[in-house]
This record gives sequence, C-alpha cells and structure tokens, in this order.
Amino acid sequence: MRVVRSRLAGIAGKAQTGITGFDEITRGGLPHGRTTLLSGGPGSGKTIFGLQFLIYGAQACSEPGIFVAFEESSKRIVKNFESFGWPLAALQRKSFSFIDAQPSSELIHSGNFDLGGMLAALSAKTRQIGARRVVFDALDVVLSMLPDATARKREIRRLHDWLMVNHVSGLITAKVDAEDGIHLANHHFGFLQFMVDCSVVLNHRVNLGVSQRSIRVQKFRGSSFNEDESPFVIGAKGFDVAIARKADLGNGKASFARVTSGVKRLDTMLGGGYYRGASVLITGLPGTAKTTLSGAFAESSCQRGERTMFVSFDSDSGQVVRNLKSVNIQLTPYLKSGCLKMVSARNIAGNAETLLVHMKRLVTEHRARCLVIDPVSTLSKAGNELTAHAVAERLLDWAKFEGITLVCTSLVDEASNQSQYGAGTPLQISTLADTWIHLNYLVQSGERNRGISIIKSRGTAHSNQVRELILSDAGVTLADIYTAGGEVLMGTLRWEKERAELVAQEVADVGSRLKRVSLEAEEAILRVRAKSLQSELEAKQIEKALLLRTAQSRKREFAGARARMRKLRGADAPQQGRR
Amino acid sequence: MTPRKKKFKFRLYIAGDTQNSELARSNLSILCKKYLLNRSETEVVDVFLEPDRALADGVFMTPTLVKLNPHPVRKVVGTLILSPGLLQTLQLEGGA
Repeated sequence: MRVVRSRLAGIAGKAQTGITGFDEITRGGLPHGRTTLLSGGPGSGKTIFGLQFLIYGAQACSEPGIFVAFEESSKRIVKNFESFGWPLAALQRKSFSFIDAQPSSELIHSGNFDLGGMLAALSAKTRQIGARRVVFDALDVVLSMLPDATARKREIRRLHDWLMVNHVSGLITAKVDAEDGIHLANHHFGFLQFMVDCSVVLNHRVNLGVSQRSIRVQKFRGSSFNEDESPFVIGAKGFDVAIARKADLGNGKASFARVTSGVKRLDTMLGGGYYRGASVLITGLPGTAKTTLSGAFAESSCQRGERTMFVSFDSDSGQVVRNLKSVNIQLTPYLKSGCLKMVSARNIAGNAETLLVHMKRLVTEHRARCLVIDPVSTLSKAGNELTAHAVAERLLDWAKFEGITLVCTSLVDEASNQSQYGAGTPLQISTLADTWIHLNYLVQSGERNRGISIIKSRGTAHSNQVRELILSDAGVTLADIYTAGGEVLMGTLRWEKERAELVAQEVADVGSRLKRVSLEAEEAILRVRAKSLQSELEAKQIEKALLLRTAQSRKREFAGARARMRKLRGADAPQQGRR
Repeated sequence: MTPRKKKFKFRLYIAGDTQNSELARSNLSILCKKYLLNRSETEVVDVFLEPDRALADGVFMTPTLVKLNPHPVRKVVGTLILSPGLLQTLQLEGGA
C-alpha cells in the first residue's frame, strides 16, 4: 500500500486514521491517547476500519499498533484482508502485532472475572513494540461474558484508564443489533457511548435493494466534527469515506485555457471551446447524439496526447468504439496506444457511491486529464435519487479539484423535456456544470432532426443560436438552421430551402447577364448611330465649306470679268459718283 | 486408576491482588483441601509480573485456572465459586 501523508498531518491531539475522508470529518483523526468506540451492525466494516487505523499508524505516523482480536483469530484476519494488499506480514515483525484473545469455546465460567490478563499482555506487548495505538476488535464478545453491568463498566473503566496512563489511542469496536446506532443508548453496552471520548457509528442499510453504507461521528469530546452521516465505500484499498467537499476546493486555480470540443463549429459557438478543467453537461433525449458529441471530445483530447478515460454505462466499450467509427470518430488507435481507456461501467455493480469510488480510482490509475461519463444519469438508478445527486455533485467537485475536464451526458426523459429543456436534469447537476449543451429533436414534415443549443456556458461568450447537428460518415458538423416565417427549418426542409435559394440565385444571375448583354447591344447601336451622324455632319460641313468657296470664287470671277471687259471697251475708270 | 488417585496439577493466573484474584486463590485452596488433600500442586502466576506467560497460554481474563494434569487440559475463568459444574469440569466427583 502506498501511503501518502495527508495535509491534515500532525494535528495536535489527533491520531490520524489515514482513511480518505474520515480525517476530514473529524478534523484530523481519532482522539490521541483516548478511547474511541466504533459501533455497527454485522458486516458494517468495523474490523477493516480498525485495521486501517493501525496500519496507517504503523506506516505513516510511526505509531506501532496492537490488534486485540476477540472474535476472529489473527490468522483468519490476515487471510481475510490479504486482498486489500496491506503489508500485514511485513509490519507484524516490528510495528504491528496481534493479540489473539478469542475466548475458547471450552472455557468454563465460574464466578467473577476481569480483564487483568489482557491488560498485562497488552502492557508487555506495548513495551515490546512501543505501541501507540490499540484496537479492541469485538470487545462485546468478552463484555457479554461478564456477569453484570457493574462488572462491564468496571472493565471498560479499567481499559480506559490503562489507555490514558499509557498514552495509547484506543479503538473499541462493538456490535449493535439495531439497524441504527440511535438505539445504542438502550443497548446492553449503551454505557460505552457515555464513557468513551469519541463515538463513531457505522450503518449498513438497504435502500430499494441497493446497499448503502454510511459513517457518522456521534460524539467527539473537545473537538469539532462533521455531524452528518457520510456515505462510505469499502473499496479495494479499504475504507473510502465520501465527503461533500474537498477541504480546499476553490483555491482559485481556474484555468483560462480552452480545449476543443472536437467539433469545430461547436467551438466557435462556445467562443473557443470548453475551459480546461470545466464540467460540461450534455443533455438530451435518447438518440440525440450525446455519445457522439462526447466521443468527439474524447478523440480530440487523445489527438492532443492527453490521457483520457471514457466511462460508458450504456453499452459495451467495443460497441461504443464501433458506433463512433461510423461518424468518423476513430478511437481505436488511441486505445491501442494506451492514451484512451474505455471503461464499461455496466459491470461495476453497486450503488452510486461505489461507482464514484471506482471511477475515481480508475481515473487516478489512468492519470486521465479528460474524463467522459456517458451517461451520468445512470447514477440515479443505483439507489435513491438524493444520494445520486450528492454523488454527482461530489464527482463534479472532485473533477474540478483535480483539474480534470469532465464531459458527462445526461438523459432527459420526454416529460421533463417538454417543459422546455426540462426543469433540469434528473440529478440537478445542470446548476453545477459550467457548460450545458442541450440536444433536441425537431419533428417536422415527417422528419426528425437534431438540434443543438448551448443553454449556458459560464465565463464564455457563446452563441444564442440553435444549430442543426449533422452526423455523417465524414464526421460531426453543425449547420445553420433557417428561420422562415417564425419557423425553424431543419433537415430536408432546410435542404430544400437551400436548393431554392440556390436556384433563385442562378436565375437572378442569368437575368442580370442577359440584361447586360442587351444593354451592351443597345449601346453598340447607339454608338454606331452616333458615328454615322458624325459622318453626315462632317459631309454637311464639307458641303457647306464648298458652297462658301464656290460663292467667293464666283464673285471674284465676276469682278475680274468686269475689269477685263472695261479694259476691252476702253472705258473710263469706274466713277464713284455714278452709283 | 481413578482420577481420584491421580496427582492434580493446577496453574492459576491472577492479576495482582485484585478482589477477584484473592477470591480465586482462597476458593482454590478450599477446593483442594476438600477434594484433593495432598494430591494437588498449584502454581500461581501473576500476569502483571509474567505477562509473556499469560500471552503464551492465551490467558486474557483473570483469574483463570488451568488444570494441567490429569489430561485433558481444562481452563476455568472466574473466582472459582464451588459448583457442580466446576467440579465436573475439573473431573472431581461431586461430594466424593
């Protein structure tokens, strides 16, 4: 087991348990050097809790521990907990020890007795390994052998005093019959609760056929704690307590970087894509291409070389890959290179809490930067809706905390769809998501077409328009839709409209070309006419000039002839006076 | 040979001088006097002084009486109040 010291390390007066979430609830762990009671029904995880407390102490806090087993033998415990991969055997040599204190079945009782022997053995062991933590597993087994309540109280007090004197943190586990720890006060060992410094109750209920575990701190002297019941899961590595919020969420490391959605025009609609580390919710009716959109995102993440995980609740991962191939989303190469991990969550049984823990573990193991969950609404099927909502909320919080870009799809049913995008998603996570994309059908003239719209996208300028989502073997694209006479046109209608516009355009083109030609012809005619008129004008001018010249020459001729005649007649010079 | 003729060997684990331990010691000696006069041998082990022996014997409740001989080995927890059950366990015939 890899041990990571948590941020809460070294809080005064607390003995860290190393149990995810529990140290946060108790603000640091169990009370140090004091007694804690852990009660719960059968199979509620008491022994696991105890062991984890000791192992963490031995490994991470240099606090060796002793496990006093009243019910099961240490051999059986070691065997049972092999699967958790805890190095019990290795630790047992120096910083961890079992004391087998199962009363043998052949033991005969005769009168009063006390636990002096156990304390003596404990003291010896404690000196030997320097123990700082002790777990008394199933103390009720021995307590029930004591003849009366007074004796039981006396023995508990003795135990308590021993722990105090030796500065050892003690954890007592005890079975309770009641489903709920509330009735413990009336129980046989109810006084235990009043004597100890801290009391933790484990619950294991079945809600609508789904098992649900929860842990609650009932009291903690001298410390504040989260009083609510917190769901927990016993995972492959032990306890995992779910807490509502990571202690230091919102440390202001929100990224401004964008990642592509995998669809170019959708990026444009979003003003550049999703924000890195954002939670994106894609809602829609069945078959509105939610998976396809999330697949496009997964493909584009892999193209950037980012490790990605695709969790599918609906279908087999092989089917998802094949189906996405039909719209030219090729995931196979990335699966082969190990960049992409497909998880079919159908084979993860359990309640929403278990699913969350599984997913978290898988994502952490894969070191994924991008996560697709298809569809997240499955969570509400596993167990009650309230839990599922809390789980979804924590999923989003967790992804945000880890800086993982999360795309989850959510199925909305017909009923909620009718009230315009529904009152929200079944899990109400729409309010938590940063970007909410809604996919819808538009049924029109015998066709069903997909429409895509962005309902919200925090911190980004985004398009207010509905687009048509077109899936083809070339890929996923978006198309503008037509609004004609207040009606939205999609599919064939949109195509028809496009064709009609194209034809009209052509007609207009030809018409204008024709007009131009005829105008040119007219122009040519006019030009010709202008030319002939010009020629005519020139002719007239020449004619006119000729006329003028003729007249002058005639005048000159005439004057010359008279002079010559006078000469011939020998006449006098012309007299002015005769005129 | 009847068990009556056999020599009995006991080990009594006690925890210091607590009330229960004192009671067990005196009850055992009464019992031995009554049924096993000069036929018994008792070793008293204080778990606080010899915790390792208690651990080795798997004794966690005190007082605990271990009958080592004759076989089979039997353990009795408590102050050893005389009762038919106790006698039967220790294979001492009632009132013999």
